[in-house]
Amino acid sequence: MTNYFKLIVLGVIALLALIAANYARDLAYLVNALTVALAATGLFIWTLRKTDEPVPNVDLSGQYMDGVVRAGVIATALWGVVGFLAGTFIAFQLAFPQLNFDWAQGYMNFGRLRPLHTSAVIFAFGGNALIATSFYVVQRTSAARLWGGNLAWFVFWGYQLMIVLAATGYVLGATQSKEYAEPEWYVDWWLTIVWVAYLAVFLGTIVKRKERHIYVANWFYLSFIITVAMLHIVNNLSIPVSIFGSKSVQVFSGVQDAMTQWWYGHNAVGFFLTAGFLGMMYYFVPKQAERPVYSYKLSIIHFWALIFIYIWAGPHHLHYTALPDWASTLGMVFSIVLWMPSWGGMINGLMTLSGAWDKLRTDPIIRMMVISVGFYGMSTFEGPMMSIRAVNSLSHYTDWTIGHVHSGALGWNGMITFGALYFLVPRLWNRERLYSLSMVSWHFWLATIGIILYAASMWVTGIMEGLMWREVDANGFLVNAFADTVAAKFPMYVVRGLGGVLYITGAIIMCYNLFMTVKRSPAVEATNSVVPAE
Amino acid sequence: METYSLLREFADSWMLLFLFAFFVGVVIWVFRPGSTKTYEDPSGIPFRHEDKPARKGEGNAKEA
Repeated sequence: MTNYFKLIVLGVIALLALIAANYARDLAYLVNALTVALAATGLFIWTLRKTDEPVPNVDLSGQYMDGVVRAGVIATALWGVVGFLAGTFIAFQLAFPQLNFDWAQGYMNFGRLRPLHTSAVIFAFGGNALIATSFYVVQRTSAARLWGGNLAWFVFWGYQLMIVLAATGYVLGATQSKEYAEPEWYVDWWLTIVWVAYLAVFLGTIVKRKERHIYVANWFYLSFIITVAMLHIVNNLSIPVSIFGSKSVQVFSGVQDAMTQWWYGHNAVGFFLTAGFLGMMYYFVPKQAERPVYSYKLSIIHFWALIFIYIWAGPHHLHYTALPDWASTLGMVFSIVLWMPSWGGMINGLMTLSGAWDKLRTDPIIRMMVISVGFYGMSTFEGPMMSIRAVNSLSHYTDWTIGHVHSGALGWNGMITFGALYFLVPRLWNRERLYSLSMVSWHFWLATIGIILYAASMWVTGIMEGLMWREVDANGFLVNAFADTVAAKFPMYVVRGLGGVLYITGAIIMCYNLFMTVKRSPAVEATNSVVPAE
Repeated sequence: METYSLLREFADSWMLLFLFAFFVGVVIWVFRPGSTKTYEDPSGIPFRHEDKPARKGEGNAKEA
């Protein structure tokens, strides 16, 4: 019976999307409307084929819901490669401007591909990793199956649709020009619906948990989900110019808009890329090290300190702007205070290995997790330092910022995700072990050297650029033209691109390794895959 | 008083005090006597239900 209802809804959505496509005011909106119509029609046919078929009535409450986690793992690996590829390509576009091809002008030039890269790695790669691992972890640590049945599948596919709409929109020019929040109004609305469903699934599972205590990883995941919902809604308050066009106008303007944007932007780093991934750390590092977290007390303090402090750090993005001094000083001070909980968390992650340090020698997966926590420590030291106004006057608008972001994103987020994927795939597909551990080692070294090339070249070029911009001669005139700095940066840009090539090579090796694990590795003897009838 | 000034005054007085006290309270609470023993149990949660959910009345069930 519910299928009839679904068919009506899907049919109406497809029809409305086609009407919207017909009235579309711009190309991006047209393509997005057609994408929605296509997705709704596909789902319509898929649902129709199942309608009035007999449904096997199996009791699944004795099993975890892992299908959606498997899909999330595949999506994470694939979007990762897409995002890294886009990043490597635009890195070479900066080094060799000829790569902004004439025939693709307006679609594949740096300005269009850059948000595609950032959104692909943060929201497609990172977001899928967070959704998949949170679904895995919340079930295991609550000893309960996911709440809401197929709602988890809605979250997964709804999120993929959001990614596709946003990505095609960027290339075709639909953007509201807010960093990390580029998608236009209708994509924002759709993401809000998906996110509420995500919160419901996650919270529902916690509510029906069989463990008395909510494990600390779930606290981090939950804070990530709730805070991102809040940030997303406030930063995307905008009024569409037409319901048949992609353009919208922001409700805030001027410095208020800038402050809202960086309140959003920095907390996207703080809660999406930090709190969520710390949830991963607090589950996967203890599991892989086979010992409980170093200090559970420290993890609780880590949580509350991070939550209380991060939310204030945003204004450090707006030093020397129209923002009042007190606000940017507040942001700076809180950024520096933030150093402490960050390092508390890093120490907690690293010390989980105390007594098991020998595993670093034998287990490349734990090595990956440890270096990721190391990079977390490094970038959470670098960040507060760069937020100090005097340092920021040198580093802001230079490549140093880009280097900082990447040591965090490639090192911390990337490596912990790779570690989690290597942990998850054998378990999710019921395999004894990974296909090849030496491939994991190759991945580890390629990625590490890639990050080092990236970060080091960006330090050099960033500081050089900052110094060149402020250099004045005896009469107070600027010594360098902007084009002089561009020319001086060329070698570092090539090195950065090469770092990207190493990183993506490692990721492709990982995809092959994971694929072969599913294909070739021996299956675990079937002892626990079936729940015995009692 | 206009809304901005009102909220501003509330934010940098009572709300600030509340947030600060809450945070200090959490830290003190975490170090309460006997907490080391209490936290041994939750730190073992990841190692308990790897393969399948807890069945009724099994494991470390919630009260009742």
